[in-house]
Amino acid sequence: MDWVIRNLPMIGGLTLQHLVLSLVPVALALVISLVLGYLLHLTGRAANPILAVTSVVYAIPSIALFVALPVVLGTKILDPVNIIVALTLYSVVLLNRNVVDGLRSVPEDVVDAATALGYGRIRRLLTVELPLAMPVILGGLRVVTVTNIAMVTVGAVIGTGALGQLFGIGFNTGYVVPILTGIVAVMLLALLADALILLVQRSFEPGREGLDTHDASALLLDQRTSQRRVETSSGGRR
Amino acid sequence: MNLFSYLLDAANWPGPDGIATRIGEHLGFTVISVLVATMLGVVIGAIAGRYRAGRVVVVGVLNATRAIPTLGLLVLVVTLLGTGLVPVLLALVILALPPILTGTATGVAQADPNAVQAAKGLGMTGLQVSLGVELPLALPLIISGIRSATLQVVATATVAALAAAGGLGRLVVDGQRAGATGYPEMFAGAVLVAVMAVLFDVILGLLVRVARRRAERHAETSLAAPDSLDPRELIPTPADPSTP
Repeated sequence: MDWVIRNLPMIGGLTLQHLVLSLVPVALALVISLVLGYLLHLTGRAANPILAVTSVVYAIPSIALFVALPVVLGTKILDPVNIIVALTLYSVVLLNRNVVDGLRSVPEDVVDAATALGYGRIRRLLTVELPLAMPVILGGLRVVTVTNIAMVTVGAVIGTGALGQLFGIGFNTGYVVPILTGIVAVMLLALLADALILLVQRSFEPGREGLDTHDASALLLDQRTSQRRVETSSGGRR
Repeated sequence: MNLFSYLLDAANWPGPDGIATRIGEHLGFTVISVLVATMLGVVIGAIAGRYRAGRVVVVGVLNATRAIPTLGLLVLVVTLLGTGLVPVLLALVILALPPILTGTATGVAQADPNAVQAAKGLGMTGLQVSLGVELPLALPLIISGIRSATLQVVATATVAALAAAGGLGRLVVDGQRAGATGYPEMFAGAVLVAVMAVLFDVILGLLVRVARRRAERHAETSLAAPDSLDPRELIPTPADPSTP
């Protein structure tokens, strides 16, 4: 415990660095996959093989990407940009599927109702389709966020890795406390971030505040899709 | 500096420190730890999957393990137990266990209750129901869990090099220590690990599909059976009086 108190400023600094390295990719990936996922959704069934092929990226170990990316990006090996790009890539691959699944879970009659009410494509997407797809998308966002926070530490093998550096310190000195501190800090960050997104996710579920109930199509949805929604969200978690 | 210079130099392949040895070590770590984790995971999962409480615990464990930094766990085990093969394998087994356990428990829980009831009705014991009905029906999800576990282990085994246990991570660590000139060696390690992971992913992905198709066919034939069965066959025919 003494060790933790003595090194609190360093741990605080590493935590801040950790949050930047893990959450910037989440934010970038959310924007990218909302756009990509919507485009994929427009292609209909053609999206399936594309999603299947791109998921191979997720099989590549993060340490391999951290090492190989400097060649592609022209960065230095210790540049934090490598970690941000690698994690963004993983996050996009994972989130794309959730965006497509989420948009697919919006019932066709709701989309038709919005069109009949004179909604343009963009307005329909922003006010009807995306809010309804949100629970599925946020489900993916939780997985991505927790995975990223844990994955940043792998960078410690090549000398970066924020809180992962505590593992290196413990390993080199044979002292368990820094290692345990690192593990606990990373898990706390992950659980905290997960709980925050869960709160947001709850607010999008039907029958709670946060849903635009004056929207005719939203009302239509309430009764008809809660069942279907349950199925897709549990399917997405596999 | 040629990126592939280390990988393509034939002199770097043979010998006790050669690339071939490193690949063999990496494969060895992966296969041994996934096999041990599969044996443990299938047994525990088959039991946990039968009870609601067991499933809740298993799913909770899986969600929590996603937040555990794998590198931290490995370093912790090695610092506590010392460097070498056994601590590294132990850490890898711990990492490989949750996906297999969850896959098995979920598969067993989702096994067609009619089939399970029928098996019980036939007088099968709990063990026979497990081995003969529940586990075969759970096979696609079990293999899917093995796939996730294998990818996790291939990636984390890279880090095992820090614990002086060999494997492809050795190339990354040695290259890193050699400074700027060591980059082709690091790159070789990265490329080989990535290729190994993708190969495992593709092969196990195919196995999952084969298992799923077999399970579907199985379900179809067992559903079709009652129709094709002539109910008269079920009634014992009275002995033919004409036969002596």
